[in-house]
Amino acid sequence: DGSLLFQQLPMVEIDGMKMVQTRAILGYIAAKYNLYGKDLKERALIDMYTEGLMDLNELLIRYPGQPANEKEQYFASMMDKAANRYFQAFEKVLKDHGQDFLVGNRLSRADVQLLEIILMTEEYKPDILGKFPLLQSFKARISNIPTIKKFLQPGSQRKPLLDEKDLPKVLAIFY
Amino acid sequence: MSGKPRLTYLNGRGRMEPVRWLLAAAGVEFEEVFLETREQYEKLIKGGSLMFQQVPLVEIDGMKMVQTRAILSYIAGKYNLYGKDLKERALIDMYVEGIADLMQMILMFPFSPPDAKEKNLNAIKEKATNRYFPVFEKVLKQHGQDFLVGNKLSWADVQLIEAILAVEEKIPAVLSGFPQLQAFKIKISNVPTIKKFLQPGSPRKPPPDERYVETVLKVFKV
Repeated sequence: DGSLLFQQLPMVEIDGMKMVQTRAILGYIAAKYNLYGKDLKERALIDMYTEGLMDLNELLIRYPGQPANEKEQYFASMMDKAANRYFQAFEKVLKDHGQDFLVGNRLSRADVQLLEIILMTEEYKPDILGKFPLLQSFKARISNIPTIKKFLQPGSQRKPLLDEKDLPKVLAIFY
Repeated sequence: MSGKPRLTYLNGRGRMEPVRWLLAAAGVEFEEVFLETREQYEKLIKGGSLMFQQVPLVEIDGMKMVQTRAILSYIAGKYNLYGKDLKERALIDMYVEGIADLMQMILMFPFSPPDAKEKNLNAIKEKATNRYFPVFEKVLKQHGQDFLVGNKLSWADVQLIEAILAVEEKIPAVLSGFPQLQAFKIKISNVPTIKKFLQPGSPRKPPPDERYVETVLKVFKV
């Protein structure tokens, strides 16, 4: 009925707009609710971090759809990148400035996204943060922020990991 | 230390071309370092400049920026090509993200196996004419202004003209059903900074050829 600018989801209706494109939606919410840093340079750091996290997210969400004979290799490669390319980089960020949050000593969308990705990766490999003490304490700390703590409790709008058996249903909707 | 932004990438369009476009549109001169060998790339990675061991890399204002979208957002914000408020920004973001999906198909096309090339070209044509161009044709028709957002040149206009020209290189008559986009293309091409970028001798890179594809495969070990 014309609600989807590029005929795709997600779609978020907010402030009179029908927004599509995940990054556009996240950028709007982050800026509106002061989770996007205090200036252009903090924003640049937040953007770099969230873009890297979105690349890792892409790897994770493609896993259920891998052909059976390639699954094991894909999994190994995915976990190697998660640990050695992405989590290693964020461990270093926290180590270099010694602060509680990734950017500007204040909660931003980068922290929210990093926690989300940590939890998703742990669902596949619970010990993925084994080499990263600062990320372990980051995870505990951010999980305890009241709004986030509430979201992590049962009954919130957080969705579970996609069950492989539901994959055909998803594919049927979109393809 | 010249103070100019420094771009590190291959000597070709790839993921850096939108950055070249945006800096040029903003009237900003920049330097380029071209990766030609695997050894050069490995040395760059070892040196610690690449947060996720990937290029593009843009050194700007004391930062070593990676991730194309982060780089483009920063340049747009800095040079007033990002709208006047949050809502204009939201529109610009939606538009550039849509165009980026189309550009991703163009980016990947040279790497298609020979037996998939025709299919992929048709997919580009189909998406351009049925999904993306109609949206922008409608936007321009509805507000009747020269630019996509806020009656002023923005990142969205630069991204759209880059996409139009890239698709036209493959499908010359692709704008034939889109009179607003035809007029847009002419108008934006005549913005002085963009006109300059479209002239020979500018930092604009030519379409990818076989040699570029080989360099990509060699340097990134794909």
